[in-house]
Amino acid sequence: MALPELIAELRRVLSPDRVLHAPSELAAYDCDAYTVVRRRPTAVVFPHDPAEVSAVVTQCAQRRVPLIPRGAGTGLAGGCVPIDGAVVLMLTRLNRILEINLRDRWALVEAGVPNLQLARALAGTGYHYAPDPSSQGASTIGGNVATNAGGPHTLKYGVTVNHVLGLEVVLGDGSVRRFGPVAGAGAPDISGLIVGSEGRMGIVTKAWVRLTPNPHEFRTFRAIYGDVESATRTVSRIIAAGIIPAAMELMDRGIIGAVEDAYHFGFSREAEAVLIIEIDGPPPGLDRQQAQILELCAQCGAQEVLAAADPAMRDALWKCRKMAVGAVGRLSPSYFIQDGVVPRTQLPHILRRIAEVAAANRVRIVNVAHAGDGNVHPIILYDDADPEQLRRALRAGEELLLECIACGGSVTAEHGIGIEKREFMSRQYAAADLKAMQRTAEVFDPFEILNPGKLLPDRTAGAGAGRPNE
Amino acid sequence: MCFDHDYESPSPNPAAGIARETLRRCIHCGLCTSSCPTFTELGDENDGPRGRIQLMRQVAEGSLPLTGRVREHLELCLDCRACETACPSGVEYGRIVEPFRTAMLAADRRWEQRFDWFRELILLRLFPYPERLRVMLGPVRMSQRWGLFDIVRRLGLLKLLPERLARMTELLPDPAPGTPRLPRFSPAVGRKRARVALFVGCVADVMFRHVHWATIRVLQHNGCDVFVPRGQGCCGAIHLHCGDALGARRLADQNLVAFELDRYDAIVVNHGGCGAMLREYGVHWRDGLQPHRKKFAAKVVDVHEFIEQLGMTLPAGRIDAAVTYHDSCHLAHAQRVTAAPRQMLARVPGLKMIDLPESLLCCGSAGTYNLVQPEMADRLGRRKVENILRTGASAVLAANAGCMLQIAAELRKAGAQLPVLHPMELLDLAYRELPWPPDSRATAGRTNGNTSPPRLIR
Ligand SMILES: Cc1cc2nc3c(=O)[nH]c(=O)nc-3n(C[C@H](O)[C@H](O)[C@H](O)COP(=O)(O)OP(=O)(O)OC[C@H]3O[C@@H](n4cnc5c(N)ncnc54)[C@H](O)[C@@H]3O)c2cc1C
Ligand code: SF4
Ligand code: SF4
Repeated sequence: MALPELIAELRRVLSPDRVLHAPSELAAYDCDAYTVVRRRPTAVVFPHDPAEVSAVVTQCAQRRVPLIPRGAGTGLAGGCVPIDGAVVLMLTRLNRILEINLRDRWALVEAGVPNLQLARALAGTGYHYAPDPSSQGASTIGGNVATNAGGPHTLKYGVTVNHVLGLEVVLGDGSVRRFGPVAGAGAPDISGLIVGSEGRMGIVTKAWVRLTPNPHEFRTFRAIYGDVESATRTVSRIIAAGIIPAAMELMDRGIIGAVEDAYHFGFSREAEAVLIIEIDGPPPGLDRQQAQILELCAQCGAQEVLAAADPAMRDALWKCRKMAVGAVGRLSPSYFIQDGVVPRTQLPHILRRIAEVAAANRVRIVNVAHAGDGNVHPIILYDDADPEQLRRALRAGEELLLECIACGGSVTAEHGIGIEKREFMSRQYAAADLKAMQRTAEVFDPFEILNPGKLLPDRTAGAGAGRPNE
Repeated sequence: MCFDHDYESPSPNPAAGIARETLRRCIHCGLCTSSCPTFTELGDENDGPRGRIQLMRQVAEGSLPLTGRVREHLELCLDCRACETACPSGVEYGRIVEPFRTAMLAADRRWEQRFDWFRELILLRLFPYPERLRVMLGPVRMSQRWGLFDIVRRLGLLKLLPERLARMTELLPDPAPGTPRLPRFSPAVGRKRARVALFVGCVADVMFRHVHWATIRVLQHNGCDVFVPRGQGCCGAIHLHCGDALGARRLADQNLVAFELDRYDAIVVNHGGCGAMLREYGVHWRDGLQPHRKKFAAKVVDVHEFIEQLGMTLPAGRIDAAVTYHDSCHLAHAQRVTAAPRQMLARVPGLKMIDLPESLLCCGSAGTYNLVQPEMADRLGRRKVENILRTGASAVLAANAGCMLQIAAELRKAGAQLPVLHPMELLDLAYRELPWPPDSRATAGRTNGNTSPPRLIR
């Protein structure tokens, strides 16, 4: 690879100050929020617009140098790890909200806009953008699209793919394409294919996203349990009763301690589990649902159920839940988080298994879960200064994911495959299916330069790319 | 092949004094990035909190040399500590970057490699000393009063001064009539509820003495006996941030002597930057005086927070205006005071508060940052002013001298005629039932009644 020439070209098509290549400046790009695998990129570039993105792609394509799109780098599966000497392409400077169209209920935003920036821009309009990943304060719309991000409220409102109406994408040959009818006449309606492709089928530069009218009213409850099983039973019973809450979230004792240290909400540190349940809609229906939910919580053994008294308290409760994962630094110097899904009825089983696996591998695991979706997030704690601990932690993680598959679930719901779980793809899909996915990706990325080695267990990736750091 | 020059500095490991656990607390989640002004502007991890922590951590561990590039990224940090507020894991970013930079700069001073006349003469020798600053400002004030300054400013003659001096002059507020010395004592109005000492600082006392006057009157209206102990001086923040830990300690110890702790219920501070520094006296130096400094720090409280806790007396006057409030970083992030000033203002009859978008994003002033990192400071200043103007407010309030200077200067550059006030100034008008918009003369040099010190009963 002719790297010095590539760097010189990149400096020419952008500007010298928008190409980092001094080793000391590359260190900060060696991983995202998944810190188990770290590699040094060749360069980091900061294009300002789709044309510049296209110019960078063209340069890399000519030399077959892999290119990794990166937004806020909050990914939890190592999707941004620059394996094989990749160039990292930052989308953070494409950060404008271009249009908010309330009449037709969509917004056009550039890929690098943080999710929360859009939420703030919509405040007071009566509309919102529904996908609300816990990382929304930092993570970008482009990253959300690339990982098909979910959040607490996806239980009722669906994940990112349900809210993307159109995309502007730079493909692996440098061409800029638009998909989805809203993106213009003749734009094929295949944005759904790009959503969740983790940067392998193109670099998203703009997204037309759906705006959802705000619900008339919220009711938010916090239920406290003396054991995890009663909490998960409540979840199944509520769904079985035909209620679809807006959100139904679980935190266990381990994580509650960290959250309480961070935000002093007033959770009891003695509680084994907390459920946060939210319902929304027009008030008459809510009263009936509320009565039903309170009844079910009591039947399942909730020790206490508290309704948020006002919007401030609701906000505080959600802050606790959304910041929970970020608070694990209070428990341990390092962590990684699994993203397993099981059928809701299997929730009690999988949480029991998590505890067993933790004990067997002598690691500490704390839990948050989008319980209503059967999406568990066991957070595996370890000390990165101790390689032996890391090995045990990785083994525990692997055992848990295999258990999810065995339960009829999947190894990821929303965080994506990245580099972390690509070996699991062949356990979940038949070879022919993987081949088909691979060939689909090649249509969009003919030179195989877009984030190769992620998502699919394909041949381009360097051997041992997923190996932890020494 | 290498395109850029990236040099290594010979300084000893600047992370030597930072606890390993403090550095290792960061779990690299990235949730802080979007709160960071420099990351928001540049989108580069190296200019965001997570990246900077990683840089410092790697330097600490010896796996990364402290190159010129690394230094630049660390120097570009505003130390606004928005990332601390954002971090759910409780990473004490200030306690990493401050000692690191102090050590980095101290090493420069020792080697005199990067001897910087501006830092040495102006920032360290002039700024923190109210008397020197007053003398220096004398001629400037004269020319301001005669309108010369305006002509000079308009003709762009300032450009002829060395750049950073010119910036400093640009920051100067519009001429206010000479404000009399603060009284040593001002008695409570009505039922006496507390006894407080007011911290007056350096720049704040020279350029914003009228704010101190207003603060005293507001405290009086809230039942406080207000003392202004003589012998107090600069809080030491400028020295510390310029790498002069020793100079900062001297100033701190001068304040320890000036404030007799047992005499007061609280040491009240009205500027966010000074308050943050005073509240951290207990952590910066480890020596025999540390316990005393901790005791001092525990008595320090922001004036808004103090009055809120005391229970604010409702003002009698009315102010029919729509205003917006900017959060000073060292009040909002370092001291976590965001609600108290807003709650106080909201109680002023007639006053309408408009939310300021990106209120928590630094305005670019950041102590002396404005003078040493002009480009980023300007970008952030412009961004702040755009947000302010978008609110349509008729005044902007901020509780920090640096922010007030910076915002006023940027408003001037944008050709906007918006007054920049301290919340205490507005509250003072309301208590005294004075008309809005404010007349600067009305706020100067008067307290409520008797100003002779009371008999001391110990
Ligand atoms: C504390 C914490 C909580 C989290 N909570 C949630 C949650 O509730 N729900 C959830 O779904 N996720 C969650 N995540 C994971 C992460 O935030 C999401 O995956 C998010 O969508 C990533 O956005 P980003 O901008 O950080 O993307 P990055 O991390 O920068 O990138 C993620 C992947 O997308 C690719 N990519 C990024 N931008 C583009 C683009 N413009 N075009 C093409 N490809 C691109 C990257 O190559 C990479 O493969 C959480 C993460 C953290 C640290
Ligand atoms: S400082 Fe805090 S928020 Fe930022 S990356 Fe580290 S742990 Fe996460
Ligand atoms: S202190 Fe401010 S400028 Fe520095 S890293 Fe934190 S948020 Fe960014």
